[in-house]
Amino acid sequence: MKEVPNLKYLDELAGNDEIFRKKFIGILKEEFPREVHQYVGNIKASCFKEASLDVHKIKHKINVLGLNGTHQLAVVHEAELRKGENFHHDEFMMALKGIESYLKTI
Amino acid sequence: MNCIIVDDEAAARVIVSQLCSKVPELDVVEEFDNAIEAIKFLNQHEVDIIFLDIHMPGFTGIDFVQTLKNPTKIVMTTSDTDFAIASYEYEAIVDYLVKPITPERFEKCIQKVKNSIAVRPQGGENVDPENTVGEDLYINIDRRLIKLKYNEILLIEAKGDYINIKTENKDYLVHTTLKKIHDKLPEEKFLQIHRSYIINFSKIIDIEDNSVLIEKSVVPISRSNRPELMRRLNLL
Repeated sequence: MKEVPNLKYLDELAGNDEIFRKKFIGILKEEFPREVHQYVGNIKASCFKEASLDVHKIKHKINVLGLNGTHQLAVVHEAELRKGENFHHDEFMMALKGIESYLKTI
Repeated sequence: MNCIIVDDEAAARVIVSQLCSKVPELDVVEEFDNAIEAIKFLNQHEVDIIFLDIHMPGFTGIDFVQTLKNPTKIVMTTSDTDFAIASYEYEAIVDYLVKPITPERFEKCIQKVKNSIAVRPQGGENVDPENTVGEDLYINIDRRLIKLKYNEILLIEAKGDYINIKTENKDYLVHTTLKKIHDKLPEEKFLQIHRSYIINFSKIIDIEDNSVLIEKSVVPISRSNRPELMRRLNLL
């Protein structure tokens, strides 16, 4: 079953703090596409080591959005990229696209 | 307690900052998206805690820890558990938080930091009391611990929030109080002769009515400290 992002972690962190909530979502919306763009660029250039660092950063946001399965995928993908292997890019990209669509709704 | 946050990811910084805001005694003084800028800041300022990401481009968190020369408490933050063991090799690292950091885990971390600060030897901020035994004293200047032999010290002068330690070769401006360093110095060698001056007793060249000559420095003697000075002199 496909995972759905959620804001449970953000809710726990923000409580009634609406200012923080808005600020955090704003950062997510701005930073996530930038990181994905950088990741795609590095994959296209076959710079797998650099791409692994991008996955590492994206991994945190995946976690924040409560996507445990995608996080596992990111862990595997990051480790493979570090070794110069790229077996999970397509699967990972699909997950990233899902997150990008979700971020547009919040 | 004041702290800084070092993380190249804005989302991570804002999370740590939010967690810090829930701890009344914790004050985030600055945030950095790279380790180099943080090091520059730390060369000018002192902080109690550094929340530090391990994975940063160029200069990593571990590189950063290795450059630190004074005992600021460090809390590592990362998305990996792999580095936990490596991070504990460094004495300054008191905890290791795996992202995303939960409020409960953060509270435990702060307690851990507080405990580690509580067991730190009491004394001056920049004068390491553990190192005042024996024949020398360590002073903290620009994050370097410099060893001074008691015999090199001529006099110490209060200068606002600092003290100026005058030695035979050099002067050292240290951020501490005269009282704090006085408490650490051996009584038989040093004497406070004025509210702003402590002298090395063995370095006195001569004494006039209201002043002492130490090398080329004329140091005033206060009325209240004069009897103790006179008592200590081996008068003919």
